[in-house]
Amino acid sequence: MYVAAKGGEEAIAAAHSWLAEERRGRGALLDVDQIASQLALVVARVMSEGSLYDPELAALALRQARGDLIEAVFLIRAYRTTLPRLGASRPIDTGAMACDRRVSATFKDIPGGQVLGPTFDYTHRLIDFAEAAGADPAALAEAAPPLRPRVSDHLGREGLLRDEPRGDTSPPDLTREPLALPACRALRLQALARADEGFLLGLAYSTQRGYGRTHAFVGELRLGAVEVEIDLPELGFSVAFAEISVTECETVNQFTGSKTEPPQFTRGYGLTLGACERKAISMSLVDRALQWRELGEDFVGAPAQDEEFVLAHADNIQATGFLEHIKLPHYVDFQAELELIRRLRRAAAQTREAAE
Amino acid sequence: MQRKDWIGLFGRAKPEELQALAGHLGPMPAPDWLRPPETGSVMVRGRAGGTGAPFNLGEVTATRCALRDGEAEGHAIVQGRDQDHAARAAWLDLLLQGPRAAEVRRVVVEPLAAAEAARRHDRARKAEATRVDFETMVRGED
Repeated sequence: MYVAAKGGEEAIAAAHSWLAEERRGRGALLDVDQIASQLALVVARVMSEGSLYDPELAALALRQARGDLIEAVFLIRAYRTTLPRLGASRPIDTGAMACDRRVSATFKDIPGGQVLGPTFDYTHRLIDFAEAAGADPAALAEAAPPLRPRVSDHLGREGLLRDEPRGDTSPPDLTREPLALPACRALRLQALARADEGFLLGLAYSTQRGYGRTHAFVGELRLGAVEVEIDLPELGFSVAFAEISVTECETVNQFTGSKTEPPQFTRGYGLTLGACERKAISMSLVDRALQWRELGEDFVGAPAQDEEFVLAHADNIQATGFLEHIKLPHYVDFQAELELIRRLRRAAAQTREAAE
Repeated sequence: MQRKDWIGLFGRAKPEELQALAGHLGPMPAPDWLRPPETGSVMVRGRAGGTGAPFNLGEVTATRCALRDGEAEGHAIVQGRDQDHAARAAWLDLLLQGPRAAEVRRVVVEPLAAAEAARRHDRARKAEATRVDFETMVRGED
């Protein structure tokens, strides 16, 4: 149920003022032209998804959004609705385009030739340390003074929240062993923490729209700095050698009980390196949907419940690797396809002629 | 402050911050390596539900090294990829176990700890200023 809220003006003003300060960051202020020209591909994505071609505006939105792409797209869309419609253009003539890049994966010899343009294809994807050497990730500070205990502790004390059994076994590591299915929760959480934000967002949204509905509420969402501690056996103690920023989202979900579990709130969990609120929320919804087996729920065939579907497609590097390979030369493959189609057409024409 | 605390403090410090403070101690002698600086990653783990079973969240870069001066050993593990930072941290760890310990505490450890505490306090203060007390409004009868 939606309940309207009021108040918080001062806090909101303070948040916005801090936002402005954080946004300003260090060093020279990036000018819009620098962003538009040096981060041209992200600017292009904002224009495309924002459905408004204006490189300077997209760059301005990106700077205002502190580089958060989807936030920048939102600004562009909102701005676009304020623009009066002046008319419509004639259809553009793409055949007359002055091409920066033009390649064909099906035909090697094309009139006008293959034009690679300023492409990342065929580069080695190695960081150029001469370009920006020795950059140290800026550490964020921890907010120590007021203690902020976990919200879930409250519900947990009443026994209304499904227990999250504490363990200390060493979890499996996707970066060391290939993904094996069915995956345990630890493996799933690692995969989700590495997953593409957009993909997780889509899956999470699908659960909200009814594809494996889990009735999620954000029990708690937090973002801040944590220390990273490591055991040093040679010294016989542990050291908090690093401080990192993380985002955590814990959802609580309606659960009327199953054959194996009593009615209670269940949990979904999202945790990300860095400030990634949307992703952390998405992750917690998807994590909850994937728990149907442990909770004795029915598998209703929803994509977000399908562990193999989710885990096999969540990594955008894997996905893009396979997706983009189809633009590389397939001349021989395609030639075979072409021959096949020609042969089938000849056969079809002969059959038709014979029938007439 | 114990040894594990200052090793952590040096690890979390910004390289330039540690360099500036350590500069007051005079030049760092050429290190006699037990283990020369090595940059790698540390897998950061989380817990399911924040409190449950562990899982691998992702990695963080780290640099570690160890050096010696006679019987004494200095160890360091620092966040990031700056090997000079690690070497300096190990040298300071070594000094803190020897006759210059009091001086190093006064000149490096205490100011560094104070700076970290101030940074954290500053951020906490800003967060506190954004705290909000929402009031729910009674919905009208339809």
